[in-house]
Order: sequence, then C-alpha cells, then structure tokens
Amino acid sequence: MSKVKVARKSTRIDMTAMSDVTVLLLTFFMLTSTFVKKEPVQVTTPASVSEIKIPEVNILSILIDPKGKVFMGLDKQADMVETLTNVGKDYGISFTPEEMKKFKIEKTFGVPIKSMKAYLAMSSEDQDKVLKDEGIPTDKLDNQFKSWIKNARAANKDLRIAIKADKNTPYKVIKDVMTSLQDLRENRYNLITSLKKDSGK
Amino acid sequence: MSEIQTNDTGGKKKKGGSKQKKISVFVDFTPMVDMNMLLITFFMLCTSLSKPQTMEINMPSNDKKITDADKSMVKASQATTLLLTGGDSIFYYNGQPDYKDYNSLKLTSYNASGIRAFLLKKNSVAVGQINALKQKKLELKITQDQFTKQASVIKNGKNTPVVIIKATDKATYKNLIDALDEMEICNIGVYVIDTITRGDRFLLKNRETKGAFSRVASAK
Repeated sequence: MSKVKVARKSTRIDMTAMSDVTVLLLTFFMLTSTFVKKEPVQVTTPASVSEIKIPEVNILSILIDPKGKVFMGLDKQADMVETLTNVGKDYGISFTPEEMKKFKIEKTFGVPIKSMKAYLAMSSEDQDKVLKDEGIPTDKLDNQFKSWIKNARAANKDLRIAIKADKNTPYKVIKDVMTSLQDLRENRYNLITSLKKDSGK
Repeated sequence: MSEIQTNDTGGKKKKGGSKQKKISVFVDFTPMVDMNMLLITFFMLCTSLSKPQTMEINMPSNDKKITDADKSMVKASQATTLLLTGGDSIFYYNGQPDYKDYNSLKLTSYNASGIRAFLLKKNSVAVGQINALKQKKLELKITQDQFTKQASVIKNGKNTPVVIIKATDKATYKNLIDALDEMEICNIGVYVIDTITRGDRFLLKNRETKGAFSRVASAK
C-alpha cells in the first residue's frame, strides 16, 4: 500500500490588490458625488433636453409636490436664520435662540408660520412625519410664500431661485407660484429637470 | 506582496558570528477590504452622481406701470399660440384667433411629427442657419463662445416666429416643460408663458362642440 500524500496548500489569498481596487473606487465615489438632500416628499422631475447644470451655492429651492404643497430650502444656514427672523417679524412671532438653532440645520422647511413654533419643538422623527402633510400657504388670502421669498432675497442678494416640481403637478399650482414670484419681480429662475435620454432628433 | 521580510540581527547572539534569521510579516488585508466595501456601498446609496439639469427662463414682469406703448407688439403672421390642455394634446392657432371657424384651432401632439414638425417648418430659416453654424462648430472653425453669440443673433432675428404658451389648469408641469423643450429644439428665440384668457377657453370649448358655441354667438 502506497501512501498518497496530499500536499497541504495554503488557502490564504493575497488581499492587497483587492484593497487597492476598493480604495480607488472609494476615492472616485467620494470625489464625484454629492449627497442626496433629504426631501419631505418624493418628486420626479420631468425630462428635458436642456443641458445647463445648476450652480451649487446660493440656491433657493422651491419644492412642489404632486398635490401642490410647496416647500422651500436655502443652502446657507446664516440666510436661514435671517429669513426666519424677518418672516417671524412680518407675522409678529419671535423665535428663541434654541428654535433658531433647530431651524437652521433643517434642509427643507414648509409649515405655516403660525405652527412653526410647535413644529420646531418636536423631535426630528415627528417633524418628518408632520412635514409631509404641511406646506407653505400660497393662496391669495394668506400668501406666506411671498413673505418667505421676499425675506430670503433680502438676506442674500445673489440667491438663485430653482423650482423643482413633480411632473404630475397641476399647472394651476405652478401658475400660483410663478405669479407670486412675478409680483416680487423675481423674473429669472431655473426649472429643475432631469436629462432626457432620447432627444428624439 | 503584503509580506515584509526583515533581517533580524538583534536579540540573542549565537556562537560563531551572527546568523541572519528571516521573519516574514504577513499583513492580512481582508478586514481592510471589508471596511472599504462597506464605505463604497454607503457612498453608492447615499449620493447622487448626476447633478440635475435646469432650464433658465425669464418671465415678463407684471408691473402695472407698464403702459401699452412699452409693450412690444408681435406681428400676427409671426405669432403662434399653443394651448396646453393636459394629456398628450396641444391646440394651436396662428396669429389672431378666429372665433367663428372652429377649425382654425388645430390639434396636434408632443410627438416629433406633431408640434415639432410644425414649429421647425415655421422657423425653417433660423433652423437652417443654426444647423450650418453647428456644422461649422463641429469642424472647429468657430469656438463655443462664437457659436452661442451667433446662435442667439439668429434666434432673435427679425422674422423668427414668436410662440405664446398658454396652459389650462388641467395641464401638468410635465406639459409645460415639454412645450419649453420644443422651443429649445426648434430654436425659437422668443417665447412667452402667458395666462389663459376667456377667448382661449371659448376657442377650446367651441372646438369640442364642433362650432356650437360660435353658432350661438352669431345668432345673438
């Protein structure tokens, strides 16, 4: 009987190359990507052939959901605080420093100014739940949206207005927003779209 | 690869000179890879690679102080009015609306053979010039800056059509963007988004009822 000798091979795999690749990928992702902003409502923008990219700073984004609720967001925290103070003044509400602090880290806001105090007192999970059903009033009788825009403009002169609306939003809501902007002589603004794959040419 | 061979000379000395002992330090990279993979997954899920596109539009100011004298009048032959009614249909008429004949309001769609064909035909002079300009740019005869400058001159030329976009409340935001898109594709330099008037609603209703409205109006 001859013994069959099985050579013991080491199963160790050299992970150095793998590590190199992953680090490269990681660097790529970190450099090219921008973080997704937390938005209270899901919005699908319509496609267009326009190829202009949106600037990164000094953006006042107006978010309109399919049901016509309007939300707003400013990218600079200093502007957020100033805007809130001035809008509060317009409606005779003053905010405490703690409320300010809570407000300025918010990415998107959109509650009627009357319930702003109660909203800021909530925990952030409750805020997320509530925000979906709120929205800035844009109707003719109580146009708080105008006040927000006016004060945001006063806080930052270089602000660019970007409207991001869902493709199924009724035109009526868009019209209301546009007329409000026109009344404030904000005649230049950007409409956010996604890139159309097939231009159809 | 991840092995480091060191010459260990220190430590205990043996008799008869220093004998070099080789120690291999093997670094295991597996946890490192694990961590990197996790980070990559995180970045892939939490970020968006593409920046959104935008359309820049300039709206006319609705300042009440502007008198009729300041308003620029458009020649009826150049003007086209688009009525967006939601769904996949656009109604349009040229120049002044004809309230008597319901057929003056034509129905078309957002397809390439619909409104685009019509606008391209109407704007054929400018489109031809723009295409020639694009060809020049491709052959690197002119720079991008020159191209944009010359293109805007052509687009805002004297005899280019003017499009007025009016949307009903039934139209969606997508309809508006699609219509604005067509302006871009058809190289229309001057276009306005306007509010719908009573006259336009009449036209739409009149077409729906095949002229019943205008018959009633003329009978009065």
